[in-house]
Amino acid sequence: MAKRDELVVAGRSYSSRLLVGTGKYMDFAETRSAIEASGAQIVTVAIRRTNIGQTQGEPSLLDFLPPSKFTYLPNTAGCYNAQDAVRTLRLARELLDGHKLVKLEVLGDPQSLYPNMPETLVAAKQLVSEGFEVMVYCSDDPIQAKMLEDLGCVAVMPLASLIGSGMGILNPWNLQLVIERVGVPVLVDAGVGTASDAAIAMELGCDGVLMNTAIAAAKNPVMMAQAMKKAVEAGREAFLAGRMPKKHYSATPSSPTTGTITSSQPKAA
Amino acid sequence: MIRVTVNGATHRFERPLVVEELIARLELAGKKVAVERNGEIVPKSAHAATQLTDGDALEVVVAVGGG
Repeated sequence: MAKRDELVVAGRSYSSRLLVGTGKYMDFAETRSAIEASGAQIVTVAIRRTNIGQTQGEPSLLDFLPPSKFTYLPNTAGCYNAQDAVRTLRLARELLDGHKLVKLEVLGDPQSLYPNMPETLVAAKQLVSEGFEVMVYCSDDPIQAKMLEDLGCVAVMPLASLIGSGMGILNPWNLQLVIERVGVPVLVDAGVGTASDAAIAMELGCDGVLMNTAIAAAKNPVMMAQAMKKAVEAGREAFLAGRMPKKHYSATPSSPTTGTITSSQPKAA
Repeated sequence: MIRVTVNGATHRFERPLVVEELIARLELAGKKVAVERNGEIVPKSAHAATQLTDGDALEVVVAVGGG
């Protein structure tokens, strides 16, 4: 086989193009089983206030998913302005011993969790200036995606549909525009509901897919994690293989047209 | 006596203390946490030397599951 096909983000290579979140699982054991089944190497985590007085003796996420085995991607979920997002990621960098790779998301409102792009751009600029490697959740607007790349973000991550909605890829046209225009990796982040959604994202030419709820909220999260792993791989291979052109309004037989035992054939319309 | 805010809640201490002591008093010693004091990160290496003063606002955070 030729050169290995790997996802390269901020100069590091990953054999898996599936990135997964660690939220919404029943417990840490299920989190770990699902993440192992997904084959993901990059996992997102949230940064939250400690539960003072209630955390004694409780295991932590870091015990179940050792940072030596996974690349942590701390996020800014729950932040609605640039300042909060920047503060959160400074804390994340301190917490994770100087770790620079982060997921920036600045949300517009709690109902849609749609990205607030003006604040996202402000935060991205600040974080890049402080040495962070910023993977950024964004709208599927090709102009603003390019702006984020120009600011120095290491990956842009447009939503396919609303976070946690499972609605799949609502606008493949815009996604394609982003992929064509942006040089850094483009990952679909948010909205994937099932395996075919992930495959479609990869077939469109995305460099990866980030998901959480599609796996965690499945009836069998571990099996769904396996399905997503296969879907991302299948979609990527289909993209690399180069799909046949679509042919509208006429068929082409796959079997020989001569030598049949039939006595007659209707004329083509 | 000093009064400091930790994660939004007020805590009173009979005498001034450093960040390291605060972490111990909150029963968080040995846990992987990050501390922000009045909007600025207090690096782990400075926990033993950073004195808290009356009115300080602190955030003490951990990594949790998220997407």
